Amino acid sequence: MSDATIPHAPPLSTRKGFPLSAYLICAGGIIWREALRFLHQRQRFVSAMVRPLLWLFIFAAGFRQVLGVSIIPPYETYVLYEVYIAPGLVGMILLFNGMQSSLSMVYDRETGTMKTLLVSPLPRWFLLVSKLFAGVAVGILQVYVFFAIAWFWEVQPDWIGYLYALPAIMLAGLMLGALGMLLSSLIQQLENFAGVMNFVIFPMYFASSALYPLWRVRESSPLLYQICVFNPFTHAVELIRFALYQQFNLDAFVIVVGCTAVFLGGAIIAYDPARGLISRKRQ
Amino acid sequence: MPDGSITATTNPRDASIKALSVEGVSHAYGQRKALNDVSFHVPQGSFTALLGPNGAGKSTLFSLITRLFNVRHGTIRILGHDLTREPGEALRRLGVVFQARTLDLDLSISQNLVYHAALHGISRKPAKARIAEILASSELSNRLREKARNLSGGQLRSIEIVRAFMHRPRLILLDEPTVGLDIRSRAAILSEVRRLVREEGVSVLWATHLIDEIGDSDRVVVLHHGQVLAEGFVPEIVATEGAKTIGDAFTRLTGIRTRPPGPQEAAA
Repeated sequence: MSDATIPHAPPLSTRKGFPLSAYLICAGGIIWREALRFLHQRQRFVSAMVRPLLWLFIFAAGFRQVLGVSIIPPYETYVLYEVYIAPGLVGMILLFNGMQSSLSMVYDRETGTMKTLLVSPLPRWFLLVSKLFAGVAVGILQVYVFFAIAWFWEVQPDWIGYLYALPAIMLAGLMLGALGMLLSSLIQQLENFAGVMNFVIFPMYFASSALYPLWRVRESSPLLYQICVFNPFTHAVELIRFALYQQFNLDAFVIVVGCTAVFLGGAIIAYDPARGLISRKRQ
Repeated sequence: MPDGSITATTNPRDASIKALSVEGVSHAYGQRKALNDVSFHVPQGSFTALLGPNGAGKSTLFSLITRLFNVRHGTIRILGHDLTREPGEALRRLGVVFQARTLDLDLSISQNLVYHAALHGISRKPAKARIAEILASSELSNRLREKARNLSGGQLRSIEIVRAFMHRPRLILLDEPTVGLDIRSRAAILSEVRRLVREEGVSVLWATHLIDEIGDSDRVVVLHHGQVLAEGFVPEIVATEGAKTIGDAFTRLTGIRTRPPGPQEAAA
């Protein structure tokens, strides 16, 4: 090497396995890298904010009269439509963020940086979970910036609600991130990612309780209602909605936890060289 | 290890343990066999060249050794650790330079190296100390804060090699590391890697299709159409094939004529 002379002392430790600190350092490194990438991509942050805020400022204002919301749990009184769709928009942020993380994994695979992650000696499942948490951490940051802006738009739950909502937001982020991770294992090229927009993001978002209460959906289309109930995104939104008003929605919690386990399990299997799809594809 | 860093546990002086042992490994993409019953080993402290033309199966073999692909047929051991049964113990002893660039171009050089260290359980402080140690005499030490995308191809490759050494591995795999570099950079990288083998006892598996990267005293594994055609030190292979040079021996084994790289090829 023209530039570096590499000193190389042989390691002498006789310890086998990995100390807990190694896991923590590794997870911290993965989260740190994701945060750095996010900060370097300011456009990504701006677009992540603009999307839900457009819905809040324009769509919600326009449809306030048309889509009046009756008193349904967790609300104890009539609420503005802006207030109703705020949890759905939080879900939208997490959904897009999860898919963005998936896109970034496909990009990493194409550019080769994914190989650096996958040849780490720590267990592959741990690397993927760390990657997932890194994506969720970025998503949570976006959600609370959104809450801060929405507060000026009359979306003002009790301040303790923001605290209650944090675990729900994290869980919903994990579910959607795990789904994105699973999808990234199935997508071979970056160009194919547009399909995710058409076949995953839009159907999940629109066929849910994010924009309209389910009772209204059932009135107009029982079939669509069933689809909405089947859609895990509906339950992620409801989990957040209830938590924001300091209530716990057990059904939503169980479904979101279950879906997270299934999606994450699928992603770990897909990225496992022993069982997954990766090694069957020509790199 | 108070800093949480991971270090290898095999006594590097136990020479009976091979740095890398590949036994009966086969791999196929669908119906197409990329590797067919491949067996060879890399002794500790040796520079072993994996010589083969493009498409010979070198990169597939590297994907198996780095566990990007699963070993479905055969066994791979790194410093005695079975890659399938003890992947963590095996991979912690391994440093890799992939053929394609794998640095994150949006991060700085320092951030790339610290990130790699973290993936091996090495915290920021010892990682930065290691970076300073490795790059002490390098002009790149003044460019640590620059984004990787500002570096030339040769400099990127140098950083990737530095990165492969960050966690003090005992075996280094380099998959055609000089591809795309000019003659001066190629010679410098080769020379530095050979120095490490000579002075530090690191084991190296150097994949290449360029005959002129092979020294007279190197071990060579000739891979062609997914099969090992010859394995041994250069003089042994040359004698066995009744050839004058390793280039001639390679031609006799594979039927492919060799020539030294022209200026354009070397610069490509």
